[in-house]
Amino acid sequence: MKKLLELINVSLKYQTMTDEITAIEGLSFNCNEGEFISIIGPSGCGKTTILSLIAGLLTPSSGTILFDGEKLQKKNASLGYMLQKDHLFAWRTIEKNVFLPLEIKKICTEDNKKYAVSLLDKYGLKDFKKMYPEQLSGGMRQRAALIRTLAPKPKLLLLDEPFSALDYQTRLAVCDDVYKIIKAEQKTAVLVTHDISEAISMSDKIIVLTDRPAQVKSILKPKIDGDSPLRRRESKEFGAWFEKVWKELHT
Amino acid sequence: MKNKNTFSREHLLYIRKIKRQTCFVWVMRFALLIALLGIWELFAYLNVIDSFISSSPSRIIKTTKELFLENNLLKHIGVTMYETMLGFLIAVGLGYLIALLLWWSERIRRILEPYIVVLNSLPKIALGPIIIVWFGSGSKAIIFMAVIIGIIVAIMTMLNGFLSTDNNKILLLKSMGATKTQILIKLVIPGSLPTLISMLKISVGMAWVGSIMGEYLVSRAGLGYLIVYGGQVFKLDLVMASTVVLCVLATFMYGLVALLERCIIKFKGK
Repeated sequence: MKKLLELINVSLKYQTMTDEITAIEGLSFNCNEGEFISIIGPSGCGKTTILSLIAGLLTPSSGTILFDGEKLQKKNASLGYMLQKDHLFAWRTIEKNVFLPLEIKKICTEDNKKYAVSLLDKYGLKDFKKMYPEQLSGGMRQRAALIRTLAPKPKLLLLDEPFSALDYQTRLAVCDDVYKIIKAEQKTAVLVTHDISEAISMSDKIIVLTDRPAQVKSILKPKIDGDSPLRRRESKEFGAWFEKVWKELHT
Repeated sequence: MKNKNTFSREHLLYIRKIKRQTCFVWVMRFALLIALLGIWELFAYLNVIDSFISSSPSRIIKTTKELFLENNLLKHIGVTMYETMLGFLIAVGLGYLIALLLWWSERIRRILEPYIVVLNSLPKIALGPIIIVWFGSGSKAIIFMAVIIGIIVAIMTMLNGFLSTDNNKILLLKSMGATKTQILIKLVIPGSLPTLISMLKISVGMAWVGSIMGEYLVSRAGLGYLIVYGGQVFKLDLVMASTVVLCVLATFMYGLVALLERCIIKFKGK
């Protein structure tokens, strides 16, 4: 399988007036095309920082990040970032929100617009295109946010705890939704989370991080039957994997 | 929307109750006004209060009519409106642009911060003599007064609005590869529309303060001039009548901004 993303010995230092903080030290892992990987670690260990590095919003103090075999550009066009909250703009309709990345990237062609609209139609937002975000439920808004991320056809999706702002029931449903959409569109995804169940139920590969400065503690590849996160949660191996990841995190 | 005849009896009762309350508030508002004017008029009529000093509603109406017919009230209104409007527009427009500049460059913002703080706390009327010397005693001086009184508040309100843009939304746009100009146009400006409206509301009031204060200082026409003149020659009827006209105009202008608000804001600010 082709390596889409490669982090080689990446370190990042923060400067403050009183201190120099090493957020990440010697971090190496990679992500193959079509894979769904999760990064899990103690809170405040720099998970989000890793995503910012991959997104090109921060530059590593040392080390290399390769994307599609090439050194990471400052502005990575083939990358979609999804945050904790949907951050849909209240003054734009759902449709206009989904067009936003196309406008920003100046690729707002009829074809691309049609593609974005087709995604809305396909994933249950057909009748909500002309509505404003406040008229939609939390789950639907998060789905709209995912479609906004997918609209410019990114090769890699970065998901920064995208379900943590939702209540538990919605969270399970949206998690299932998002997973299915990502698989159906054959996208590669990197998910950052602190929720062990979520990581196990969604990923092909789990990267467990240490406390700050973040380093890779172990890489687990859960093998669980089931074609969706909900099914996987129901399977009998799930409990054993939960324990395994829990132990990795807490020892 | 539900059809009216699908509403339950309780719901109709509830709606009627709310409507009745609103109706009551409006009736009481007018009743209060009429009562106050009535007592004022009555006391003046019975000589309980000296209507030479306190005037009376009937004398105010009479004076307003005289002003309108003999003393060119419309011209005075026109002068004051012109000064206020121009002062308002310049203060708002320039204030908005300066706030944009300060949002754009953190360095400029930090450099200028103490100057804005000092200008904000300075009572602008103290600049009166300087303004007269620099701009003479015409409309220019009055407009300038309206501008300096309004602009600082306009800048500070707007800058606050710009700076309170959600950082995560900025991050989101940056991850799409947005430039600073794109962040400004797509996010910061539309996102701060509610702030713009409240800034306009505050600035309307400020512009009136500025223009009337300016007219107190230097003027040969305008409502502020009529009020000061009335005070000097001890014609309280004139003072009161002009004040009432001023009240009406200020309400009218505020209403315009409120109307604008309804047109622009179709969403709840987030």
